[in-house]
Amino acid sequence: MAGIAQGQRRGSIIAPPSNYDGGGGQGESSNSFPISKKHLATWLLLTAVAMLFAGLSSAYIVLRGVPEWQNITMPRLVWANTLVLFASSVAIEFARASVRKNKTDGVKLWLSVSGILGLTFLVGQLAVWRQLVQAGVYLQTTLHSSFFYVLTGLHALHLAGGLIGLAVVLRKAFTNRLTADSHEPLQVWGMYWHFMDFVWIYCFLLLLLA
Amino acid sequence: MTETHSHQEGEHDHPKLGFWRKYVFSTDHKVIGIQYMVTAMAMAVIGGTLSLLMRLQLAWPDKTWPFLAKVFPLAFKGGHMAPDFYLSLVTMHGTIMVFFLFTAVLTGGFGNFLIPLQIGARDMAFPFLNALSYWIFLCSCIVIFSALLVQGGAPLGGWTAYAPLSALGEAAGPGQGTGMTLWISAIALFTASGLMGGLNYITTILTMRTKGLSMMRLPLTQWALLITAVLGLLAFPVLLAAAILLVFDRAGGTSFFIPGGIVMNNKLIEHTGGHPLLWQHLFWFFGHPEVYIVILPAMGIASDILSTFCRKPVFSYKMMVYSMLSIAVLSFVVWGHHMFVSGMSPFLGSVFTITTLLIAVPSAVKTFNWLGTVWGARIRFTAPALFSIGFVSLFVSGGLSGIFLGTSALDIQLQDTYFVVAHFHLVMAIAPLFAAYAGLYYWFPKMFGRMMSETAGKIHFWMSFIGVYCVFFPMHILGIGGQMRRIYDPMNYVFLQPQQPINVFISVSAFILASAQILFLVNFFVSIWAGKRVTENNPWEATTLEWETPCPTGHGNFGPELPVVHRWAFDYSVPGAAEDFVPQTAASVPAVKQV
Repeated sequence: MAGIAQGQRRGSIIAPPSNYDGGGGQGESSNSFPISKKHLATWLLLTAVAMLFAGLSSAYIVLRGVPEWQNITMPRLVWANTLVLFASSVAIEFARASVRKNKTDGVKLWLSVSGILGLTFLVGQLAVWRQLVQAGVYLQTTLHSSFFYVLTGLHALHLAGGLIGLAVVLRKAFTNRLTADSHEPLQVWGMYWHFMDFVWIYCFLLLLLA
Repeated sequence: MTETHSHQEGEHDHPKLGFWRKYVFSTDHKVIGIQYMVTAMAMAVIGGTLSLLMRLQLAWPDKTWPFLAKVFPLAFKGGHMAPDFYLSLVTMHGTIMVFFLFTAVLTGGFGNFLIPLQIGARDMAFPFLNALSYWIFLCSCIVIFSALLVQGGAPLGGWTAYAPLSALGEAAGPGQGTGMTLWISAIALFTASGLMGGLNYITTILTMRTKGLSMMRLPLTQWALLITAVLGLLAFPVLLAAAILLVFDRAGGTSFFIPGGIVMNNKLIEHTGGHPLLWQHLFWFFGHPEVYIVILPAMGIASDILSTFCRKPVFSYKMMVYSMLSIAVLSFVVWGHHMFVSGMSPFLGSVFTITTLLIAVPSAVKTFNWLGTVWGARIRFTAPALFSIGFVSLFVSGGLSGIFLGTSALDIQLQDTYFVVAHFHLVMAIAPLFAAYAGLYYWFPKMFGRMMSETAGKIHFWMSFIGVYCVFFPMHILGIGGQMRRIYDPMNYVFLQPQQPINVFISVSAFILASAQILFLVNFFVSIWAGKRVTENNPWEATTLEWETPCPTGHGNFGPELPVVHRWAFDYSVPGAAEDFVPQTAASVPAVKQV
């Protein structure tokens, strides 16, 4: 470093480096920030998603108070879908347990199960929409139905994004690139998927407690 | 810079990149930063032109403009500006300036260019995402610009897009159709681009600082960019949520923002149950943090530049950081002060008054710290220094009127008058603009290896500084006199007619002010190729890490090894030191030679 070289050439330290607290950044050499870049970025992304749904729920709570509010009856299939999504989250935990033991077959199996359950959830949500339409409940029927379609739709979009992420992780799993020592993609994707599971349960409760 | 040179400087031995990969589809944070800046400048020219058209109408509402009738045959039918066109100018000027100039140039431009350089990293954490963020931003610029070109014209509802006007489509006016749809699309794209940028900024600053660079040794610009990115991450998704609901109201038949019983242009609107104030709440929950998204990077840049040219450490560094943090936290609990006249309960109004006035405390702390930095300094009056001092002046002038407007009792009188226009222009438009100018003059040699003309810079400063006060100071008087915002023709109101000479004075000043900005643009673009070449790394004798790299900085930023930091960023005029600045990389302070 030019500065250091210069200092040594001129010699004679007259003052300790000011404001020195021994701490410091990590740079390329020794990355000691508690979580990795990808984990941090995922957390930040999830924060943004959380704010999106927080904004929508505040709108929901405000409009819940208007006299024109009318509840709709949600199809029972929603409960089954919720269980399916929860099961897909559980499958991820099995996949993570397998990867920690380096059982590659288990990883492939449980990741696939999780993906299939995720897809099933999406198809199930579509079926719920069809049932509502058959019952004559459309997007614009009541404020409650509007929120039902918007919240389920946005959640489904986020989940579909998660499935694209899963495709990347699955490719790594099937090319045996996920090991006990190195499986960050699985960790990060699992975080995202669990979070979407949580968002769904949150939205469902919100819609249920109308 | 030649290829061989960049190979010597950079760590990576990349294959030679062609012109397109190097300067256009680049993932290098410096190129992306400059792309953001230049795009924002183009948007500023558009947004500025729109404001000049507005000033033309406000000063001389009765005059006919045959030339403009040729350029804009629909908007200037018979030489007179159409009222609809005036409203679309208001909307587009506000939208372009807030999002596509200030947010873009300060966080997108300076954020990308400076973060890796000042923290001693080679690039951003996710370079591809960073490039993607720029290209999505460019798309959003094109989409918002196209709103001016479509049939029906640009939206009419102001940059705040208040519902139900924004929710009703063409029933509410020609621009509320396609124009408004394009507005929403552009904002959605901008949000996506901002999210990608924000993820990158936070991750990079937190995880990629070089050895020895602790958080409390960061330059204030870095603190400001970090806090800004967090604000953006929390605020923009709420705007997106509101925009999604708005889209469904417009295209899906829902009634989130549309109450029952609205008659628009003699037509009953068949919606029921919605809540127009809900839009205002969601919009301002985003909108108030947004003004700090604009002002915080400006504060950081101005603080660092002031310290450099005062040759003094910034006064009370820690308080600077803490006050930025408290401004950021408070910014989320003050949005109601934009809605004092919305029928809000007086008690809630008082709560928002108190939280709003609380922001004056950290703002005043910062102001006194800037004064403390300048106090007794032997200031080097360069163009960047002048613009930083101008920033402080404008921030104070605009901030003081904020105390009036934050007080609900007074605001009810002043709401939607030119007093508000004067306030927010000074504090969140012109002050950040001055900081951005300071930054451009200051880091120009780092970007292009040449200096901008100092003489032109000083003329630019004095014309701008006097110009903005001539334009915006009289607006306070207009506002107290009752002139309302978004007014198309002041001469329509008898009580405003005596004030018309002030409007003429403002418009003449605005045209002179605009000519100074042309001088800047000429200086900027001519200097890229013809400015005085910079041979040393550190022409301003500054301490931060970017000045350890050559001008312009090559790919990979630093030499084979990353710099190691031994001190904070403000070791200016250390007693007994040989030079009046000690770089952050210096392990020891060289003493004065004994004679």
